[in-house]
Amino acid sequence: MTITTGKKREKLDRLSELAARQDEQGVSVWQEAFRRLRRNPAAIVGAVIFALFVVVALVGPFLVPYSPTDTIGIREGLIRPGVIPGIDGDHWLGYDHQGRDEFSRLIVGARQTLLVGVVATLIGLAIGALIGGVAGTAAGLGGRWGRWIDSTLMRFIDMLLAMPSLLLAVSIAALLGPSLITVMIAVGVVSVPVFARLLRGSMISQSNSDYVLAATALGVKKSKIALTHVVPNSLAPVIVQATLTLATAIIEAAALSFLGLGNQNSAIPEWGVMLAEAQPYLGVRPGLAIYPAVAIIITALGFTLLGEAMREALDPKLRK
Amino acid sequence: MRAPRPKAAVAAIAVAALAVAGCAESDRDSDSGGSKKDTLVFGVAGDPKVLDPSFASDGESLRVARQVFETLVRPEEGGTKVTPGLAESWEPDSTGTVWTFKLRSGVKFHDGAEFNAEAVCKNFDRWYNAKGLMQSPDVTAYWQDVMGGFAKNESADLPPSLFKSCTAKDATTVDLAFTRVSSKIPAALMLPSFSIHSPKALEQYDASNVGGTAEDIKYPAYALEHPTGTGPFKFKSWDVANKTLTIERNDDYYGDKAKLKTIIFKTISDENARKQALRSGDIQGYDLVGPADVEPLKNEGFNVLTRPAFNVLYLAINQKGNPKLADIKVRQAIAYALNRQALVDSKLPPGAKVALNFMPDTVEGWNGDVTKYDYNPEKAKQLLAEAGASNLTLRFHYPTEVTRPYMPNPKDIFELLSADLKAVGINVQGIPLKWSPDYLNATTSGAAHDLHFLGWTGDYGDGYNFIGTFFDRVKPEWGFNNPELFAQFKDADTTADAAARTEKYKALNKAIMDFLPGVPISHSPPAIVFGKDVTGIKASPLTDERYATAEFKS
Amino acid sequence: MFRFIVRRLLQLIPTLFGLSVLLFIWLHRLPGGPETAILGERGTPEMRAQIRRNLGLDEPILVQYARFLRRMIKLDLGTSTSTKRAVTTEFVERFPGTVELTIMAMVLAIGIGIPLGYLAARRRGRLLDHASVGGSLIGICIPVFFLAYVLKAIFSEHFHWFPSSGRQDPTIGATRVTNFFLLDGLMTREWDAAADALWHLVLPGIALASIPLAIIVRITRASVLEVLGEDFVRTAEAKGLTENTVRRRHVLRNAMLPVATSIGLLTGGLLSGAVLTETVFAFSGIGAFVAEAIGQRDYPVLMGFIMIIAVVYVLVNLIVDLSYSVIDPRVRVR
Repeated sequence: MTITTGKKREKLDRLSELAARQDEQGVSVWQEAFRRLRRNPAAIVGAVIFALFVVVALVGPFLVPYSPTDTIGIREGLIRPGVIPGIDGDHWLGYDHQGRDEFSRLIVGARQTLLVGVVATLIGLAIGALIGGVAGTAAGLGGRWGRWIDSTLMRFIDMLLAMPSLLLAVSIAALLGPSLITVMIAVGVVSVPVFARLLRGSMISQSNSDYVLAATALGVKKSKIALTHVVPNSLAPVIVQATLTLATAIIEAAALSFLGLGNQNSAIPEWGVMLAEAQPYLGVRPGLAIYPAVAIIITALGFTLLGEAMREALDPKLRK
Repeated sequence: MRAPRPKAAVAAIAVAALAVAGCAESDRDSDSGGSKKDTLVFGVAGDPKVLDPSFASDGESLRVARQVFETLVRPEEGGTKVTPGLAESWEPDSTGTVWTFKLRSGVKFHDGAEFNAEAVCKNFDRWYNAKGLMQSPDVTAYWQDVMGGFAKNESADLPPSLFKSCTAKDATTVDLAFTRVSSKIPAALMLPSFSIHSPKALEQYDASNVGGTAEDIKYPAYALEHPTGTGPFKFKSWDVANKTLTIERNDDYYGDKAKLKTIIFKTISDENARKQALRSGDIQGYDLVGPADVEPLKNEGFNVLTRPAFNVLYLAINQKGNPKLADIKVRQAIAYALNRQALVDSKLPPGAKVALNFMPDTVEGWNGDVTKYDYNPEKAKQLLAEAGASNLTLRFHYPTEVTRPYMPNPKDIFELLSADLKAVGINVQGIPLKWSPDYLNATTSGAAHDLHFLGWTGDYGDGYNFIGTFFDRVKPEWGFNNPELFAQFKDADTTADAAARTEKYKALNKAIMDFLPGVPISHSPPAIVFGKDVTGIKASPLTDERYATAEFKS
Repeated sequence: MFRFIVRRLLQLIPTLFGLSVLLFIWLHRLPGGPETAILGERGTPEMRAQIRRNLGLDEPILVQYARFLRRMIKLDLGTSTSTKRAVTTEFVERFPGTVELTIMAMVLAIGIGIPLGYLAARRRGRLLDHASVGGSLIGICIPVFFLAYVLKAIFSEHFHWFPSSGRQDPTIGATRVTNFFLLDGLMTREWDAAADALWHLVLPGIALASIPLAIIVRITRASVLEVLGEDFVRTAEAKGLTENTVRRRHVLRNAMLPVATSIGLLTGGLLSGAVLTETVFAFSGIGAFVAEAIGQRDYPVLMGFIMIIAVVYVLVNLIVDLSYSVIDPRVRVR
């Protein structure tokens, strides 16, 4: 939905090539990258947002002033059609449309939002890694069947990339019914091709790299090469891509919620759902939409900044 | 590859534009640039489905039909009482099965054909003699709802027809004969699906030919392009690509002619987008106003009209679900546990009421003297304890992706109701389902549900349309079998005398509230809004607003 | 070359066949069918059964699939179960809206994105650079539907500068020829209709353009920076060519290659954004229609849509492959 096909392909291929480069240049690449990250103000901003978000998500729910499900405003008769009380001394961001404390919901919502992002990314990563891994191995083994398996899988992945991701997610959600898990799966499946392409690319570029050839020539077992070189080297691009995918996952989850396919369980607030549910009340209390929207934007921004900075730091081509 | 040159590209586009310019004829009327004050653009939530109301059951198709067509009898403006339409008077014979209608004379259809008794009979015969796909329940939904079956039923599932025959006694007198006495006559005849069409147009555009293969229904041209009635407006065009449908004043109308020349119905499915379109001046009115918007729009000076509530929202209890629910005490406990007043005050539009019956108080037969079940959580807990159901867990289905006039915000309603139930110690397992098709499937035909809510908007002003629809037979929605109650319904339905029937409805309402198959929750008045300078429209409980009387204040 | 094209087109047949089998089975396994959507709360179990029979949904799936195939061979996509009109008619009436909207978004994204990206690269590290990079980051991170609401609230609700919904003011009564409203206006010389259609495209166009714009700015910037560092640019500068010449002949031309590739591929992804934009702007297009069809279990519409997307996808890939061989003589198609 967000980062679209063209950019995806190009960047993925670039990122996967990086995997091969690292061992050739030695461990200092990591140190070098980290040093460069520390100097990059965008990276620092991203890291701070990232850290803040994670801390709020983990600790926040224990610190909120009110229960996020307590319909205080309705009990006290403050909520009327067309009337939602705004900010007062005890309720820092006022009430939501069901008379619950908006600030508490926003804080508790961070956890669900993080959970959706992480689980969706992990689902995408797991399936993508499987497909990409099989394709990469097949391509590496070569032969008629190997090439056939590789090209069939990649054609399938290309088709997935070309499918409008939101429609794909909508149809998955139609299959499973609206829930938090649906959103996770739908968003996760959409990111499968990203990871599949990434892993396949990195495996192929590594199998052609000098250090693997050297290791093979030295008689190191294939399985050992895979464990000690190929897998660790694929890790960096995967971490970078996962950070970026987290950002898009949060935004895509919000879009699904807007279309009414999101989490329906109000006991656990989530930013995308809060934003979607605020639509009918835009005229009454625009804040109800603005707070979660801003929270989503800032979080996604943080993840993107950090991910981009990591990618730049690892990419020797941009290192001038 | 050569880099694209901006100048060359601009030149190419200009040449292309010149090349296409003027290569097609404009078919615009010369007078279409007329004053904007002659045109009302009204925002609706969905595209109409078909323009022949015989085949329609969705609100947007019927809204158009109500302007273009007329029925024999029609509801009074702003109410539900049966008043003259194309028929000036009507009366049943002594058996109550033959009704004689005296027709208005001097009425012409839009295509110039004469309206008379023969035309009426052609219409009824067309419906009654439906063949093939025209007998499909989605095609002739309201005919089947009211009349049951057809002359020759092609499916064993169809009941025998209530309608028997139509006889034109003279040009302005028509006899409609029915197979038995029914509470539906004459009130149901004011449904737009019983609109009288021009027999000439019906024939010309092959209106009864619902063709194609079974899985691939093809509607005739009449239903898609040529609806021809007697109403104050004529159908002009339906522009699917721009989501607009245009109707124009019928200058030969026999009654008061429409004040505006053109009405355009514009589809804007998103509720918030409709509101923004009104504020930005794109449209001069819209339907299905969110409850939260009523007050703000009023304060901004828009004309917000509130329709008298003609619907009911209820909590259904499935006695076949959890065995405990067959215990009347448990059902009573649920009723006492619900704080319906708080729900009505906070979530439903201004003017909404807590429901005492399964029908609104505007319908004859409403009974205020029934068991009321006012909010009383203590009593609820006590009843649960007595029934030995202190640790009850219930599956509570609720719909998503839907708003209905009786439930503007299902999720909010669910949250409040389930909080009430939890407060008396009932464990609620919330199950959200997509309204269509999952929710309706699960709650109205499946067995694996305990609680859910649903509602009904009345079709016409007879009580049977409410309570009979819910409770006159065994339904999977409720899961009970109460032959005594069913017999009482049958008796009321076949009572010819209106006053006597009303009394029977009152007794039924009492019996229902004692048996408590579910809990009626609320009646909410849906709102409709018009621009600051639009007047003349009267809100109707049946959503039978007549745009002919709309005008702009100068 | 000719044989290559023929072979690729023949490959389309098994692809479509496989895709249609998979889709058919998957769609028909979705819980609930069109009958509930059609009848709503008025449906009884008997009525639903009757409709399933009418639609042939009670037959074995193989029989249903065979019927579908027979229709497809005749290029008949069937009738939509929700709108009851022919699927082809629906597509003919709704695709143009989405195409117009997408083109508008791409024009905005390219027209603003490339100059902005170029300027940002030339002024690297300066305010404009930071602003455009920051802006493009926000463009990626802002939910499209939220942006759409904000745009409408400001520019049409508050200032009344732009219309908030639809494709054209219905009171204009414009003539329809192709359903591309802008084109229709030009063809029939109804200039006001064309201008009005264009006016209606501005806000949804901006909302939809936000993401591609951001991406194009970033790609252009990165690619220009890369080219600026290349030896041939330095050589050209050293030769004493004017800045304009260097910019036109060397920098832009070489920097545009990756941008052009990504633009082609971005267009496909716009369809996702179109679903949201069309919903919020009540814009008659294919995106929102298909999203709704999923909810209505409108099998004919869904099958038809995905078949068309698949054909378009294969054709676009074919054209891309062919164009590579034209651009780069080293690539030979066989």
